[in-house]
Amino acid sequence: MNFPILSSLILLPSIGALFLFFTRGKNDNKITIKYVALFTSLVNFFLSIYLWILFDQTTSDFQFIENRVWIEGLINYQVGVDGISILFIILTTFITPLCIISVNNSVRIRLNEFLIAILIMETFMIGVFCSLDLVVFYLFFEAGLIPMFLIIGIWGGSRRVYSAFKFFLFTLLGSVLMLVAIISIYWITGTTDVVKLYELGIDPKYQNLLWLAFFSSFAVKTPMWPVHTWLPDAHVEAPTAGSVLLAAILLKMAGYGFIRFSLGLFPTASEIFTPLIYTLSIIAIIFTSLIALMQEDMKKLIAYSSVAHMGFVTLGIFTIQQQGIEGSIIQMISHGLVSAALFLCVGVIYDRMHSRLITTYGGIVTIIPKYAVLFMIFTLAALGLPGTSGFVGEFLILMAAFKDNFLVAVLASLGVIIGAAYMLWLYKRVVFGKLINSDLKKMIDLNRSEIFILTSLAIPTLYFGFYPDPLIKTIEVSISDLIQMYNYNLASKI
Amino acid sequence: MNNIELVFPEIFISLSIMFLLILGVFKKESSRIIQNLSLIVLLTTAVITFNETISVEQATLFNGSISIDYLSSFMKIVTLLAAFVVLLISSNYLKTFKIFKIEYPILILSSVLGMMIMISSNDLIVFYMGLELQSLALYVLATFNRDQLKSSEAGLKYFVLSALSSGLLLYGCSLIYGFTGSTNFNVIASQFNANEYALTFGIVFILVGLAFKISAVPFHMWAPDVYEGSPTSVTLFFTMVPKIAALTVFIRFLYVPFLNLIDQWQMILVFLSIASMLFGAIAAIGQKNLKRLIAYSSISHIGYALAGLATVSNDGIQSSVVYITIYIVMNLGFFSCLLMMKRNNIYYENIDDLSGLSKNHPLLSLSLLIILFSLAGIPPLAGFFAKFYIFKSVIEQSMYFLAIVGLLSTVVAAFYYLRIIKIMYFDKEMESYDTDHSLWLKLSLTISTLAILIYFLFPSQLTGVVSKIILI
Repeated sequence: MNFPILSSLILLPSIGALFLFFTRGKNDNKITIKYVALFTSLVNFFLSIYLWILFDQTTSDFQFIENRVWIEGLINYQVGVDGISILFIILTTFITPLCIISVNNSVRIRLNEFLIAILIMETFMIGVFCSLDLVVFYLFFEAGLIPMFLIIGIWGGSRRVYSAFKFFLFTLLGSVLMLVAIISIYWITGTTDVVKLYELGIDPKYQNLLWLAFFSSFAVKTPMWPVHTWLPDAHVEAPTAGSVLLAAILLKMAGYGFIRFSLGLFPTASEIFTPLIYTLSIIAIIFTSLIALMQEDMKKLIAYSSVAHMGFVTLGIFTIQQQGIEGSIIQMISHGLVSAALFLCVGVIYDRMHSRLITTYGGIVTIIPKYAVLFMIFTLAALGLPGTSGFVGEFLILMAAFKDNFLVAVLASLGVIIGAAYMLWLYKRVVFGKLINSDLKKMIDLNRSEIFILTSLAIPTLYFGFYPDPLIKTIEVSISDLIQMYNYNLASKI
Repeated sequence: MNNIELVFPEIFISLSIMFLLILGVFKKESSRIIQNLSLIVLLTTAVITFNETISVEQATLFNGSISIDYLSSFMKIVTLLAAFVVLLISSNYLKTFKIFKIEYPILILSSVLGMMIMISSNDLIVFYMGLELQSLALYVLATFNRDQLKSSEAGLKYFVLSALSSGLLLYGCSLIYGFTGSTNFNVIASQFNANEYALTFGIVFILVGLAFKISAVPFHMWAPDVYEGSPTSVTLFFTMVPKIAALTVFIRFLYVPFLNLIDQWQMILVFLSIASMLFGAIAAIGQKNLKRLIAYSSISHIGYALAGLATVSNDGIQSSVVYITIYIVMNLGFFSCLLMMKRNNIYYENIDDLSGLSKNHPLLSLSLLIILFSLAGIPPLAGFFAKFYIFKSVIEQSMYFLAIVGLLSTVVAAFYYLRIIKIMYFDKEMESYDTDHSLWLKLSLTISTLAILIYFLFPSQLTGVVSKIILI
């Protein structure tokens, strides 16, 4: 394999963005620029599918590795994928074209710049998931702030400035400590190469502080309780496509980071801090579910439900068992699909009625039946009904949690019940009930592109719900080797 | 006389200054030709410096009072190029205010000469001579728009406070001379005795004087007023060129004569660094004027450069040099934008004047966006790498407190950079600005923005050049 497939995946969206940049000023041909962006992201999607086909599932080694000298004697640009990262790359390349299709109604001004921001964002997101060097990872991780800040700030709702600032500063504050930790790792071990660090291991006496520094960054990004407060604001104010990217992919960076770095590099510290993660996860699951129950704003409700779902993810990761981590990854993929779809669903009715308040709606099932059906699928997937991908993830996580800690598992299961409550109640209040607001009668059902977007999200949601084997096969070996390495390092270092 | 060719750049530039002065006196309406000749002089001097001294590892002249090494050559070239660009892009601004006079380029040349002497000085007297030469030229430059009250005020303030700091410096120099019996840096280094308290006093006075010159907190009070009052093109000069020279002198003092007294000055430097980083970041939040804002931002940036020096390692020195170089490029871009904010011959310099800039001037605001994110230190832009190198060397010395404070103040600083971006991108648009800028201004903005943007592709180039600076 000489063709640098990962670098192509990273660079291609940027090249598309550059192309769009030079076609600026001709705003009348909106269709053309949209097709350019769509074309770029679709090529990227097929490239990533090709990557999945070539991917060897029987080994946990990093594949498609590219290694170039970047800063001489200091950092190498190194990228590669294993079973853990490849699914996130595919999720990214899958969600981005859908976002681009969805901009039709929600983005009315500066379409060109919006598409550029989304494509640049894609570059950074893919970069995060395939970088195998801590500094390169940090670079991509942080760089994503710039386009997201602009997406929220320029195309967002009425409180967009506040939300954009909050998003940016919260995340930056979390991340700078990670930078200190990364540089410290460089001086402790002499390298920032993740593959080498896996072999070398890090002296346990440094691990606790380093773990906390990484945690501060990932906890903000996940987001874990109590630093989750930026998320509802950012979600509510961001344009639909921005919310989708944020929920579907940006949040997954942190979950991925926990698996790749916190578990991989700091096993001793992870063992020590597991109770902390459990506690925060349980609080996130129950507390934010209860908050979600009380929300009037649909987007806010889904945002809080994201926090709760990510609580399951962190819980699963730190059970440090095969099912738990597998469940977490599947939960992340599933949440990526489902939350993206839910935000799009809200976007659909927001575009028509310009209100996100639940009370505006009610009884729209007879007016827009197609929408009601699709919305139903995603509601059920979000609450984890068997047969949807949401079930597989939650089930595996809870199974692992029961093995590890009975109380935690019981409390988490309680969260599932509240989760079902707020999702079903949301659906009931929006779709069923009496039609009071007569303006709703003018609503038009889904158009072709909306149907296309939502069904293309529904198909994998249901497919992986019934048959999660392709996902599990991909991640299985990598995770079992990760756990093996984790236990080995733990045993050898104490 | 051996090695006389090593001071050819200084000789050449001083002869040129004299020639240009005479030309200016005898030839009427000669401001344009003198401007162009000065540009040529600066460029030629840079070329001479490059040819004659870049390969010299370490050499001294005139009984060891001038020292030429890689650090001095590199910094001289940066100084000359920065001055060249300043002169190149300031002509339109000066013409608008009808101060496009022969004195302007000549003053810039003389201050550059002073800086070059400072940079390669290896002797207290030579150093002081260079310092005063550059300062005197700078006082006049600050008041250059003498019909404006603010400009005169700036010049006067700068003169008084700078004279005060020069006095402190001189007092420190005299103490050191008194206790070591020499003005030569190398001799001082060998004569130093840590038990002499007077020497410690001398060091403190010199550091305070130098901190004044680079406007490190708590000796920064003059900077915002002077930066705001001076003509914008002069502010651009102030934020870039004297900082290079002062930083070099800082490095030279710390690592040649004072090297054996690390315990005495390291704490001072850490304090200066932390105070500058934090204060610069916090004080900038409330500013309304862009020039004042950039003054505080430059205070905070100097704090980062000092953090590198506080580490007492070659890595630290190199990271400071890289930092100041990248900072200069960013600053250049920022001021190019500022010089473009002109409407009907009036220059605008408040933050609110940027309101909605992105709608009328998408390219200008995109460039400013990149520059501001880079100043804030967000990857993958050049400003991130500058900070990265600094913190790399700081953490190497296990100075975690300094690193964490520094990084947290980047978060605070990010806030006010973001505020400018917010005003440009999220707020309502205003009338558009003129677009008939000089080619050079556009070019300097484009080049500095591109350099910031694609620095991450070639990060080894600059560090490779700088890695030859080895003092310890």
